[in-house]
Amino acid sequence: MLFSKAAALLYRPFLAASLALALSACAGGMDRDPLDGINDPYETQNRRVHAFNKSLDSAIVRPAAQGYTQILPDEIEDRVGAFAANLGEPANMTNNLLQGNLRGLVRSTARFAINTTFGIAGIVDVATLWGIEEADTDFGETLYVWGSGEGAYVELPLLGPSNQRDAVGKVVDLFTNPLSYALDTPEAYVPPVASGAAGLGYRGRFADAVDSVLYESADSYAQSRLIYSQNRRFELGQEDPSAEIDPFALDTEGF
Amino acid sequence: MKRRTFTLGLAATSLAPQSLLALTEAGAEALVGRLVGDINKVIASGKAENAMIRDFERIFARYSDTSYIAAYAMGVDGRRASSGQKRAFSKAFQGYISRKYGKRFREFIGGRLEVKGVKKVKNWFEVSTVAFLRGEAPFEVTFHVSNRSGKDLFFNMFIEGINLLLTERTEVGALLDKNGGDIDKMIAALQRSG
Repeated sequence: MLFSKAAALLYRPFLAASLALALSACAGGMDRDPLDGINDPYETQNRRVHAFNKSLDSAIVRPAAQGYTQILPDEIEDRVGAFAANLGEPANMTNNLLQGNLRGLVRSTARFAINTTFGIAGIVDVATLWGIEEADTDFGETLYVWGSGEGAYVELPLLGPSNQRDAVGKVVDLFTNPLSYALDTPEAYVPPVASGAAGLGYRGRFADAVDSVLYESADSYAQSRLIYSQNRRFELGQEDPSAEIDPFALDTEGF
Repeated sequence: MKRRTFTLGLAATSLAPQSLLALTEAGAEALVGRLVGDINKVIASGKAENAMIRDFERIFARYSDTSYIAAYAMGVDGRRASSGQKRAFSKAFQGYISRKYGKRFREFIGGRLEVKGVKKVKNWFEVSTVAFLRGEAPFEVTFHVSNRSGKDLFFNMFIEGINLLLTERTEVGALLDKNGGDIDKMIAALQRSG
């Protein structure tokens, strides 16, 4: 706690303030929905991107994921997932450091060291078996810790639902993984290919859940916007304006 | 149970005014405990999808404040609904919820829910549980329990922060928009979805 305060004080003047300002400036008027706290001034453009993402999913990603999970045994899929997650640990280390989260930094460092060695290049998550839980984070969270608000809701091409803060975070995360500097080509292609494969595995394994949002809901854009925003705030431990719906403040006569 | 204790107990419950049966932490936790027990039984039964959906409909009707959840999902449009429309909506909504969530139970095969704790928030209780699914990191499922209706029932559920009431209000709102605000057409569409 103390360390995150110190880190916030150190970095805020230089980076976060200007970023947060830039974010809130381009977000325009902050008219958030009082119920779900979402601000979506770019809804028209976002819906276009959503339609594009959906067509991409039904034409390529969904069938590829189906094939991927059908062809590969669950066991291999889990290994690929663990391998990709391990390659993400250095990025977790960077972000835990930037957030002044020493405990997280120790955990992600220990996990990377243990899984890379005892876990045979990360294909077995030995660290979790030993009780060292993931300290998963990203630069979007770092920005949150530094005091940035989420800004407006945006749906990104290929990457899906996000907000202005997390979109900036995603761009920065491309550069904060030390592995992308440490590896030469062609090894440098290993992390993106692994995470792409892990993503396919994820899309395949949770096919029903994803399908129910994308293809079975009446407005898949509104559903994914709500689900993303609520889940992201939950991950960050952010306050949820809808967490306190008073059960007595509603007329249920006749229902 | 001895017959005397049973009759005494029966007399006590029928005589006690509702206010005396105040919701307690223990009561809220016990409700979610029974709910979780029933859900785990359905998961472990490994029944066919349709049977699981019927089981889930029974669980939903027994443990949740169905009229509250339906009224919330309809939102302000509930004010212009006739009592017949409200009844029809509640019925269609329950079936829709059961299909939507009951269908997903096969993903939970081999998994279970565990009650972790309970805390009071304003005039309701928050019961936290953890879901353990095969090959996945455990995640949090939270139930909000109140005795608004005179019985301890859950009126909202959060899966990793995703709020059931808001999700379903969004869905019903979108169905209304799609049908030009026509409540009867929305109800008909709801009967087909999930």
